[in-house]
Amino acid sequence: MNKQSNTYTVIYIIVLVVVVGAALAFASMSLRERQIDNANADKMKQILKSVRIPIDDKNVGRQFAEHITAMLVVDTEGNVVKEGGADDMEIFNIDVAAQAREEASKRELPVYVCRLDNGAVKYILPMSGSGLWGAIWGYVALDSDGSTVYGAYFSHASETPGLGAEIANPKFQEEFIGKQFFKDGRFMPVTVVKSGQHPADGSDYVDGISGGTITSKGVGAMIDNCLRPYDAYLQSLDK
Amino acid sequence: MAEKIKNKTVFFNPFSKDNPVVVQILGICSALAVTAKLEPAIVMGMSVIAVLAFSNVIISLLRNTIPTGIRIIVQLVVVAGLVIIVNQLLLAFAYDVAMQLSVFIGLIITNCILMGRLEAFAMANRPWPSFLDGVGNGIGYTIILVIVAFFRELLGSGTLLGMQVVPDSFYAAGYENNGLMILPPMALIIVGCIIWVHRSINKDIQE
Repeated sequence: MNKQSNTYTVIYIIVLVVVVGAALAFASMSLRERQIDNANADKMKQILKSVRIPIDDKNVGRQFAEHITAMLVVDTEGNVVKEGGADDMEIFNIDVAAQAREEASKRELPVYVCRLDNGAVKYILPMSGSGLWGAIWGYVALDSDGSTVYGAYFSHASETPGLGAEIANPKFQEEFIGKQFFKDGRFMPVTVVKSGQHPADGSDYVDGISGGTITSKGVGAMIDNCLRPYDAYLQSLDK
Repeated sequence: MAEKIKNKTVFFNPFSKDNPVVVQILGICSALAVTAKLEPAIVMGMSVIAVLAFSNVIISLLRNTIPTGIRIIVQLVVVAGLVIIVNQLLLAFAYDVAMQLSVFIGLIITNCILMGRLEAFAMANRPWPSFLDGVGNGIGYTIILVIVAFFRELLGSGTLLGMQVVPDSFYAAGYENNGLMILPPMALIIVGCIIWVHRSINKDIQE
């Protein structure tokens, strides 16, 4: 058979593409369930990390169910639109990245209510934004006063290692602890600034990562964009 | 016997004499992208070893059937398919590793070492030597990546594998991390230095 003929070439590439395509489709279909479980467990892990709970890798699902007492959806006026338990997948699966692109008044705003082992209640708010190369996201846990940061967690899809990727470093995240989102009753989101600078309006700030300016700015913009709509809800929490 | 000796050179040559990075000058772009820290460099090295070995074997098995006119396309389809399947498996069974690798998936597919070895070796050799060639070249690539990442992380961040090694007293005495080390150009300069040292030791590969 002539291996250089056009017919052979065309048939060869068709067969190859069909075989590889089938293999990919099979891999994707048969593994989907496990992948979704893993992705959910990973999200739970990230949420728990924002409240500084030490993670037990094998029992993330149980730890999540133990600590998260409720999941809420609120609107920009501070009303609770939907309420569910730790197993409410509808609220859990709200796509924060898609919501963050919507107009603030149209968003569904998830709140994860967490009770720590010592009984303290924390409100965890999800965020999503963009860094230099791709998506960044995170969770901020606020004390029951709705203002003081108890913990923060950030992660990223593809920021530069050593520079922008440092937002995933616990050292950077720890800087947020204790910062205030409200000053004299006004909502002033924590900003990220170049080290040595101060925000002009007197809001609380953390130092950005040197060499990771665009990612740092992305974190600041993400906090502002994603948490500002919670203003009314946070005000309604007892101070 | 001759076969055995040949397999041995196929496996060990890429470590130094025929190193993919410093002698064949392949895979420079990823050497630049992932070496700011030691950990991603090691992860990248491991994944290239695996993908290179298996794509070499598959292409070697197919080598007599591939029409010459579309061989590059066939190689590309095999490599891309393999990388995506590996990623799917990792997502299902080793999620943390998959998350770490996510940045590199694209880099593995476009790594010129892969195409280079498929073209130069797997298309003309039997599966077992091709497998050894893949593993050997993957290790050769990893060695260089680790050396570069070692210097970049040590001098750029004062850490190794994320743990601080430069003592605080150094910083107190005025020592500063070299920010340039984290930026891509330093990777090329270090690779250049490695090539320099390597060529002065191995006089026979000097041009």
